Amino acid sequence: MSRLYRMPSLGSDMEAGTLIEWVRQPGDRLAKGDVIAVIETQKGAIEVEVFHDAVMGRPLIQVGDKVPVGSPMAELEDASAAPALRPATGIPATHAPEPGPAVAEAGTRTSERIADQAGHRIGHRAGTGTAAQRRRASPAARRLADARGIALDAIEGSGPRGAVVLADVHAATGTTPTTEAASPPRGHLDLAAMRQAIAAAMSRSKREIPHYYLSHDIDLTAATDWLTARNAQLPPDQRLLLGALLIKAVALSLDKFPELNGFDRDGHFEPAQGVHIGCATAIRGGGLVAPALHDADQLQLPTLMTRLRDLVGRVRSGGLRASELSDPTITVSSLGERGVDRLYGIIYPPQVAIVGFGTPALRPWVQDGQVVPRNIVTATLSADHRHSDGHRGALFLARVGQRLQEPDTL
Amino acid sequence: MSAQMIEISYREAVREAIREALNRDPRVFLMGEDVGRYGGCYAVSKGLYDEFGPERIRDAPLSEAGFTGAGIGAALGGLRPIVEVMTVNFSLLALDQIVNNAATLRHMSGGQFSVPLVIRMACGAGKQLAAQHSHSLEGWYAHVPGIKVLAPATLEDARGMLWSALEDPDPVVIFEHVMLYNRSGQLAADAGAVPIEGAAVRREGGDVTLITYGGSLFKTLEAADTLAADGIAAEVIDLRCLRPLDDATLMASVARTHRAVIIDEGWRSGSLAAEISARLMEQAFWELDAPVGRVCSAEVPIPYPKHLEDAAVPQTDDIVAAARAVLNR
Repeated sequence: MSRLYRMPSLGSDMEAGTLIEWVRQPGDRLAKGDVIAVIETQKGAIEVEVFHDAVMGRPLIQVGDKVPVGSPMAELEDASAAPALRPATGIPATHAPEPGPAVAEAGTRTSERIADQAGHRIGHRAGTGTAAQRRRASPAARRLADARGIALDAIEGSGPRGAVVLADVHAATGTTPTTEAASPPRGHLDLAAMRQAIAAAMSRSKREIPHYYLSHDIDLTAATDWLTARNAQLPPDQRLLLGALLIKAVALSLDKFPELNGFDRDGHFEPAQGVHIGCATAIRGGGLVAPALHDADQLQLPTLMTRLRDLVGRVRSGGLRASELSDPTITVSSLGERGVDRLYGIIYPPQVAIVGFGTPALRPWVQDGQVVPRNIVTATLSADHRHSDGHRGALFLARVGQRLQEPDTL
Repeated sequence: MSAQMIEISYREAVREAIREALNRDPRVFLMGEDVGRYGGCYAVSKGLYDEFGPERIRDAPLSEAGFTGAGIGAALGGLRPIVEVMTVNFSLLALDQIVNNAATLRHMSGGQFSVPLVIRMACGAGKQLAAQHSHSLEGWYAHVPGIKVLAPATLEDARGMLWSALEDPDPVVIFEHVMLYNRSGQLAADAGAVPIEGAAVRREGGDVTLITYGGSLFKTLEAADTLAADGIAAEVIDLRCLRPLDDATLMASVARTHRAVIIDEGWRSGSLAAEISARLMEQAFWELDAPVGRVCSAEVPIPYPKHLEDAAVPQTDDIVAAARAVLNR
């Protein structure tokens, strides 16, 4: 039985998408969450996923086609019913051509010479990974074969001296090269279109959502001291940034405030199942995306930091996943090191709240009756008054502040 | 509404560009050997001396270092000089001025000085002018930070690049291939300035990317026609700007075609073609389905006899053969 894979909605502001690449081909087995295609939206090139296990069927639209949200893009076959289709042509491995004699000899000589120098005799030892067994294949063919999960040895090479080239991999998998050939460069952002999308979403938010705003100064001295001590022992690429702590503190604080974590559905509140923090990320040259850091409340800090780096990297290089755009349950916007004291966010519909963090700075602070310099950040909450009240919002923001006093529990 | 088109030669397009610049900006003047009374060794400036007079169309003594240096001084002093050097071979006498002064002064002065100088020079083989007048040393200039290097091949670029170059606050070197001067074609009557960055896809195709510039562009387009007759769709990229190179356009094309041939009238060793090949390897390695091919000039001083000159520089048949080689057919 076949079902249809439809153009997914990646946000309330999306009306249509353009197919720029089929990542998978007819016959491919797909597990839930696998990327099936890349589509171009106002937020750039987005990888879209399948929602259940299936086998890719017949494509219904072509690369370059722009279709509205909900339009069928491809047929999906039932995963259990379909036979395993790969390798499509079923070339038996025994038919793999022998490596050319010149290559084999050169490889053998080289490996023997290296072994000799190292004081070993390898003689006719059989093994893997010697130069003699390395199959001649173009980089593009290697990459495609790898992506399709077929061994180079199973492919007949038609290139110079039997090298496997792209066409051979296509022939072996029964795919057509045109799907790849037509794919435009990835990660190209249309900043003007993104500006329009932001304008539409923010106008709708200000028009429809009765925002209330709260602000709270939080002493970050304990958190930054803890961070400094922890990072001192770590190589730069593993160091935690303050932003990760702020996200985790917000995520953990939401457990007692479900009315801030979810969606407005035609005026009714729908609480979210998990805590997926939308991380507002500025794009160089203008524009903004807030993709989801999934299950941020469940992630250990090092993992959270790694995912955050990956997410920010993909915002800037392209390659966001559809679920990352449609899943955020609340947004966190942090100005970082170079900003101003505080920011008041505008809620991204259909979410119901956004937390803002200004730039932390040394400010005078009263502690134990003394005025002392402390590292202070101003946190703000903008929330939807249809679904929560200022009293609850204030308790939530205070709880974020308390959690940040105990950084080792984050 | 389409603009009115006029029939014009490359030479006339360059002349119109100079005339427009002289009319638009009183700081602009042209200086070089025989550019005035004689009208330029390739007749580019013919008529301009009578029109603008000896102050703005200045005949220079036979000293490339001298008048190029004077141009740098004039640019530092606030003028917008166009210095014409007869051929790239002779520009070697001015290399010290260009590389050690024009290219460096902004950097050595901590940004205090600009050198808004434009240097035009002829390059390339095909006119039987032998080894001291026929070389393609654009790649040498493209090696040097601090200058922009342009190679207009089309009428639009010949007409439009000069004004943009004069607007640039830094030195710009423009290479005009000698075999282009007599090419004629249709150009919009109101054609004007064009950007001096980015490569242009002159022909689209999905099977192989042919990367070239300047005098080799039309040979490459001819080769693409020949290939098309055999069912091979070649994409032709005109670099336009040799420094900085437009990596993005090259990589995007190779990501579609998976094969590339670079056509460069410079010598192969240490050439611009070598640089582009290296960049393709660095940035598009996993896209490549065949080794990058190159069609360059033979490693000899360009010969005088016609048949040897033809044999020394890239020709359409060589380009077709190189494209077939990377396609393995």
